Amino acid sequence: GLCQLVWRFQVSAALKEGHVTPTELCRRCLALIKSTRFLNAYITVAEETALKQAEESEKRYKRGQPLGVLDGIPIAVKDNFNTAGIETTCASNMLKGYISPYNATVVQKLLDQGAVLLGKTNLDEFAMGSGSTDGVFGPVRNPWSYSRQYKEKSVPKSHSEDEESNWVITGGSSGGSAAAVSSFTCFAALGSDTGGSTRNPAAHCGVVGLKPTYGLISRHGLIPLVNSMDVPGILTRCVDDAAVVLGSLAGHDPKDSTTIQDNFKPFELPSLPDVSKLSIGIPKEYHAPGLSSEILALWSKAADLFKNAGAKVIEVSLPHTRYSIVCYHVLCTAEVASNMARFDGLEYGHRSDMNKSTESMYAATRREGFNDVVRGRILSGNYFLLKQNYENYFIKAQKVRRLIANDFLKVFGSGVDILLTPTTLSDAVPYREFIKEDNRTRSAQDDILTQAANMAGLPAINVPTALSERGLPVGLQFIGRSFQEKQLLTVAKWFEKQVKFPMIQLEVVKRHNHDVFQHQKSASFS
Amino acid sequence: QPVAVAVLGHLEQLALVDFRDAEGVERLRKAIQFADQLHEVNTDGVEPMDSVLEDRCLYLREDDVTEGNCVNELLKNAREKVEEYFVAPPGNIPLPKLEERETFLQGS
Repeated sequence: GLCQLVWRFQVSAALKEGHVTPTELCRRCLALIKSTRFLNAYITVAEETALKQAEESEKRYKRGQPLGVLDGIPIAVKDNFNTAGIETTCASNMLKGYISPYNATVVQKLLDQGAVLLGKTNLDEFAMGSGSTDGVFGPVRNPWSYSRQYKEKSVPKSHSEDEESNWVITGGSSGGSAAAVSSFTCFAALGSDTGGSTRNPAAHCGVVGLKPTYGLISRHGLIPLVNSMDVPGILTRCVDDAAVVLGSLAGHDPKDSTTIQDNFKPFELPSLPDVSKLSIGIPKEYHAPGLSSEILALWSKAADLFKNAGAKVIEVSLPHTRYSIVCYHVLCTAEVASNMARFDGLEYGHRSDMNKSTESMYAATRREGFNDVVRGRILSGNYFLLKQNYENYFIKAQKVRRLIANDFLKVFGSGVDILLTPTTLSDAVPYREFIKEDNRTRSAQDDILTQAANMAGLPAINVPTALSERGLPVGLQFIGRSFQEKQLLTVAKWFEKQVKFPMIQLEVVKRHNHDVFQHQKSASFS
Repeated sequence: QPVAVAVLGHLEQLALVDFRDAEGVERLRKAIQFADQLHEVNTDGVEPMDSVLEDRCLYLREDDVTEGNCVNELLKNAREKVEEYFVAPPGNIPLPKLEERETFLQGS
């Protein structure tokens, strides 16, 4: 039945054959969103418009004219993408109540394919953070906190301590999107990735997280953080699904002049990928301080898998890796200082009641609208951009950026096809642990393995690999050459088939007709 | 190394964002300390990189008007407006000087 339809392509087939209708599918997902509300993955659920879209899709299927494989497929979108008629908040007071007049290009493309937009997902405020804990709507909870796998491994310290205090973070900043996909409320979700914001939560939530090459997918309508590094990210439950979504999104957009003009051809991945002719690079600097021994072991095992399949696996060096985070810190805050200047209360968003002067209104609006993290980055960025600091910090960081990008060029130029690295240093930490450190410290720690790919604009993907000793997902990352997503995803698919990552056994509270709450093991999902 | 109060005041003015408290100022100091690690890297002869797409030509489209006439749509999101204008409070009034402003920095 419906419970078996976990992967998008299964669902597409089912829709085509009439085993399930788009409206049934939509209703089912909406119900699941309701029953998993405690995850706080969604900021806005667009129930009415989603059902309307589902009805339109149903009409098309009845006529035998679906728009494509995405027709009728429920999706979710991170709340930093503009969606016409639907509130777009960036999880900030600055944009609470902001109803966008237009769709981001990627949103429009999905809607044009008939996808059903269920809602907008939660994030760190303005995508600044690595936990999805710093938004005004509260933190997102990792669905795996409520999995049988995690519960079996956790030892409550006392009888009264329950899952309420034990829940783990999703990672960030696209935590809502990752949680939405992980908990089956949608089949695919859009995230964004500037320093790892799609891959990090993908790793912690056990889903596929793809960061495409910079310039492949339009950023028009994605509220910008760092214009030279931001990309829309794709989160799905399997690599094949990511390839399909990529196929519908990639390509030149006249509204985003940073998208390349090359013709993009959507591709299908081989059903039996072959990695025997490939050269896999293992960058030694990614054995970073703090990397858990568990993940180190998994990384090593993965390298062996490739070796045994006949691939050439070699150690390589990316010497400037450890400066990537510092470089990012300067460039990111500098671009943020510029990008956040648009929020002044005049044209959209929050506006302070202060009206003595334009400047004081701007200052008060921004004081009221931004959280500490955002304000901190704006101030730091302005510091690095001061005349006396420009050369020593901003230009210096741009030079270091080139060195980082060149490291990759050298390695790929020497015959390596794909790099294999860990995605995160450890599995997801409990929320109460995570908040002990401040946002900047956390981001610096958590982005270490993902950030360099953004520096160099390269495509990278997290593939869920195994469960940790605590019963939580651990993923590994593949980094590919610019615009070689097909090769990257082929390798990722091969790896996915090898590791057979287990399905989450989510225990969801289900409400009966007569408002009686009942714990029900969703064995139907496994 | 602490940042001069004058610089802090200058930053608040440029950014139109305030440090709010000592923690905010400490945050900046830590950010600078963190960024200073960049100076360990030898960048002699290295050109700064603006964009990873620097080898490509930026796409420029034809200078044709293809959309617009959406004044009402755009005004919907503004709080203060009159006819087709966004309304701002009086301009050309500089923020009060640091000494006159209500800011905890005065005490530093």
